[in-house]
Amino acid sequence: MTKKLGWFLAGGLLVAVLLAGVVSNFASSSPDGLDATAREGCTFNAEGEITGGTCIAQEEGEHQLGDSPLADYGIRGVGNSFVSTLLAGTAGVLITFGVGAGLFWVARRRQGTDA
Amino acid sequence: METTAMHIANGIVDGPVSAVFAVLAVAALAFCVRKARNDLDERLAPMAGLVAAFIFAVQMLNFQVLPGVSGHLLGGTLAVILVGPWVGALCVSTVLIVQCLLFADGGLTALGLNITNMALLGTAAGYLLVAGLLRVLPRNAQGLAVTAFVASVVSVVVASQGFVFEYALGGTTELSLPWVSGTMALSHTLIGIGEGLIAATTVATVAKVRPDLVYALRRFRKPAPVVEAGVKA
Repeated sequence: MTKKLGWFLAGGLLVAVLLAGVVSNFASSSPDGLDATAREGCTFNAEGEITGGTCIAQEEGEHQLGDSPLADYGIRGVGNSFVSTLLAGTAGVLITFGVGAGLFWVARRRQGTDA
Repeated sequence: METTAMHIANGIVDGPVSAVFAVLAVAALAFCVRKARNDLDERLAPMAGLVAAFIFAVQMLNFQVLPGVSGHLLGGTLAVILVGPWVGALCVSTVLIVQCLLFADGGLTALGLNITNMALLGTAAGYLLVAGLLRVLPRNAQGLAVTAFVASVVSVVVASQGFVFEYALGGTTELSLPWVSGTMALSHTLIGIGEGLIAATTVATVAKVRPDLVYALRRFRKPAPVVEAGVKA
């Protein structure tokens, strides 16, 4: 890997960390297109539990890994939501880069082989 | 249940249909890995890691599309342009797997459904449009931006209809399919426009800074111009 590519990657990662850690604090908190469609027709209480009606999300189950320390893009135990999102977003970017780049590196075509 | 759900949750599509799509997703990803190896060299591998990390970041940025409805980038088209279709599908899958396992976003049972819609269908639709549009549009930052925009809008709507298909096969509730399809298509057309703007900005920026890192500028070759070839021969 050349030094020039290294700088590009570092710059790109910095942008991604800023987007995930900082800008995401200003993202819309409305349900997304899928979630909004799934909730339409049901009524919800303050905790987000379905109280009545008919909708796609009616039979929705809990996430098997809902107790993950990073669940819902926050760090469990961190009270300040800005700090929580900052840390979770940064961790997500770095983990995704590490996992992705690592797997792609292992799978890459070696020079001199045609596999 | 207070969640920042962005992908299909558990229990919305039944177990058997979810299992079928999980098998389908694993098989398709294995095929992608085989094809991706031809593209993955020492430059593309770290670049693909960055593309996955960038998609993870931008998926956290929900933007408002209608009152009470938001959306976020899915990333298939962006990945196709920057790292190609096979590696691109693997990038989006990596994001979905990390989100599911670590961030409790998108049900574990529903992972095959989410991968099918966003990583496979979305990327495939994006690829077909990118390959087609780059035959007629100029291969520079502007041409790439227009391509990214148009392909993103179509790709996001196609991915949304993937969910409608899965819901039709195994939905645990019985809402009117035309209604589900229409509602999903409307919100995802708007989400696609947002995604298109983000993808266009991103690829145009990379094309200006490091055009050599843009897969779509290296590959998807134009067919040889017949007339010139004839003259030269």
